[in-house]
Amino acid sequence: MKILIHGGRVVDPTSGLDRIQDLCIAEGRIAAVGSIPDGFHPDRKINASGMIVCPGLVDLAVRLREPGYEHIATLESEMSAAVAGGVTSLACLPDTDPPLDEPGLVEMLKHRARQLNQARVYPLGALTQGLRGERLTEMAELTEAGCIAFTQADAPIVDTAVLLSALDYASTFGYQVWLRPQEHFLARNGVAHEGQVATRLGLGGIPVSAETIAIATVVNLMRNTEARVHLCRLSSAAGVAMVREARAQGLKLTCDISIHHLHLSEMDIGYYDSNCHLQPPLRGQRDRDALRAALLDGTIDALCSDHTPVDEDAKQLPFAESDAGATGLELLLPLALKWGDETGTPLAQTLARVTCDPARILGIDAGNLAIGRAADLCLFDAERYWKVDAQSLKSMGKNTPYFRMELRGRVCFTLVEGQVVYEL
Amino acid sequence: MGDPDSSDENNESMTANPQLNRNGELTHLLSIEGLPASILWQILDTARSFVSIGEREVKKVPLLRGKSVFNLFFEASTRTRTTFEIAAKRLSADVINLNIATSSQNKGERLLDTVDNLAAMNADMFIVRHAQSGAAHFIARHVSPNIHVINAGDGRHEHPTQGLLDVFTIRHYKHDFSKLRVAIVGDVLHSRVARSQIHALSILGCPEIRAIGPRTLLPREIQGLGVHVYHDMHEGLKDVDVVTMLRLQNERMQGPLLPSPQEFFKNYGLTPEKLARARPDAIVLHPGPMNRGVEIDSSVADGTQSVILPQVTFGIAVRMAVMSILAGN
Repeated sequence: MKILIHGGRVVDPTSGLDRIQDLCIAEGRIAAVGSIPDGFHPDRKINASGMIVCPGLVDLAVRLREPGYEHIATLESEMSAAVAGGVTSLACLPDTDPPLDEPGLVEMLKHRARQLNQARVYPLGALTQGLRGERLTEMAELTEAGCIAFTQADAPIVDTAVLLSALDYASTFGYQVWLRPQEHFLARNGVAHEGQVATRLGLGGIPVSAETIAIATVVNLMRNTEARVHLCRLSSAAGVAMVREARAQGLKLTCDISIHHLHLSEMDIGYYDSNCHLQPPLRGQRDRDALRAALLDGTIDALCSDHTPVDEDAKQLPFAESDAGATGLELLLPLALKWGDETGTPLAQTLARVTCDPARILGIDAGNLAIGRAADLCLFDAERYWKVDAQSLKSMGKNTPYFRMELRGRVCFTLVEGQVVYEL
Repeated sequence: MGDPDSSDENNESMTANPQLNRNGELTHLLSIEGLPASILWQILDTARSFVSIGEREVKKVPLLRGKSVFNLFFEASTRTRTTFEIAAKRLSADVINLNIATSSQNKGERLLDTVDNLAAMNADMFIVRHAQSGAAHFIARHVSPNIHVINAGDGRHEHPTQGLLDVFTIRHYKHDFSKLRVAIVGDVLHSRVARSQIHALSILGCPEIRAIGPRTLLPREIQGLGVHVYHDMHEGLKDVDVVTMLRLQNERMQGPLLPSPQEFFKNYGLTPEKLARARPDAIVLHPGPMNRGVEIDSSVADGTQSVILPQVTFGIAVRMAVMSILAGN
């Protein structure tokens, strides 16, 4: 199958290329960018005029909800949401039921995902058995089965000695450890940022110190190990400052933030909007501004969707009793673009935060348009507005703080390995 | 709720003030925060006219005749439920009391189911108490517009009728809010009473509200509500006109927040000596039930400056006023 994508504005965040030109695909790979090679006879031509042609998005935090939570979302529904959002590679979290702590489960998931023939799935293995924070998982086996890193998802490791061992052990074999920094005891009774809004609404607060203490712990443990750590979904200005400092000291530390913390703050909770019940909590406006600036200067490496489909009934509850989380796969691109517009960031740099930068953290060859690499592409209309609602979202999760908002930037085609897997 | 459009409307209402209708009239009483002063004055003035009804031989007026008021208590309470019941009965409403024990995680499902079922019985008014902040907002968003919801205490958020009866009592004795200094003492962090009273006082123009307590019992962002923070009670009570003592819950008397009830009493219990720091004509309020010897000394609770029992009497008039206004009178 040969495809010619013509007339599109081709943006390669890795090389900085940004020009209207053609792109040729042959045998699943990018055959040429710019001039059409002699003798290239496409089987299909895609008219991309008015569209941006960029590498498929790479999402670092997706809950596919399988196995165990098929009533909330299925692999089918969420994989189709991924490609509808232009996401061609995703890391999925192990907090399923049972958790991804055994090779068989990981193999099954990869197998099922491959059969669907949509986005590429990179499972994150459980760092400890049952995510209980006590005993290490068989990381070598899990890696062979396809895990690209190890994490606790939102489950705590209460015992710091276990955390140290986990980092030491993983680093022995060069495995990456992904941690969402949140001190368990300070956060356990909270559902919102310990700030003005939680004070007014009488909601249990999660102080910023829950995040900074956890980062301090990780950073200090890293000094004595060779660990490579990725911090997931930072929420605070103070947290970002600590990461900046640790990196300046040469620690191998990367981090990401979610689309929610990029645009929203505690104020968006309004009168107990359970769609804004998120983990970590939405923080103050200064925190949000610091996160936005840090994503721009590269202290924060990547933007992720933190895609967490939640059962509708589990949101129809008083705020503190509702489940945390929101759908995100289909919002990642438009919300990245929104941030890029608002900060005046060049398009290539904006896209880097959702393509080549997360790919670098995953250690995969994705997020670029180099000749010869697999043709994972996203074609989108940057000027097209669409409304976020139950009909427009493919994901089974319909809850999002952005519900009913008009967002700009609609994916028109998604290609994985040179095959059109989504077409608007 | 079965209507697919209703969730859309709910989403919009997340940012609109849920207790006022489009004409700015009160349709639910969920929190004091966000109410205009005019509505507070309307409630206080109406309540004043109801005080005398309780003193009459026949303690009834027909304002809510034929209406069904459901006391929907998801959290145990005798006193508040009873005062609402009396208030509704004095307005000639039919009162149905439901004590719904909150058990397990199914609580939420049961909450919506319960609400739907009672709505189907043609309820006109729900008086809701729930352990979760925002529960009354949640219920108000789900009921049809002809049902009015009164928040009788939601978690640590608000207890608006208590806040109203507090300011009613203060107005009764002090007449004018514009020169008052009011101190609120104790466990502000977990207190819905404190939040409602703070908002009510600031909306009515009280220039100085003080919160007194140890750091463990004060919300970190409490200054954002416009109050001055004191940790030393002697300092905090100096020259105040009103002292509101908050109830300290048993489970918080010892543990990580406080070492012991004795030590709390030593620092923050209202004794005659500490009260002497306030103005000589200062009044003492307490939302009840009191822990004598923990937050308040018996000689103060029963003393001449205490207005704790009048608070209870006024509470009925205030609740009658709220119900009567919600019912459109």
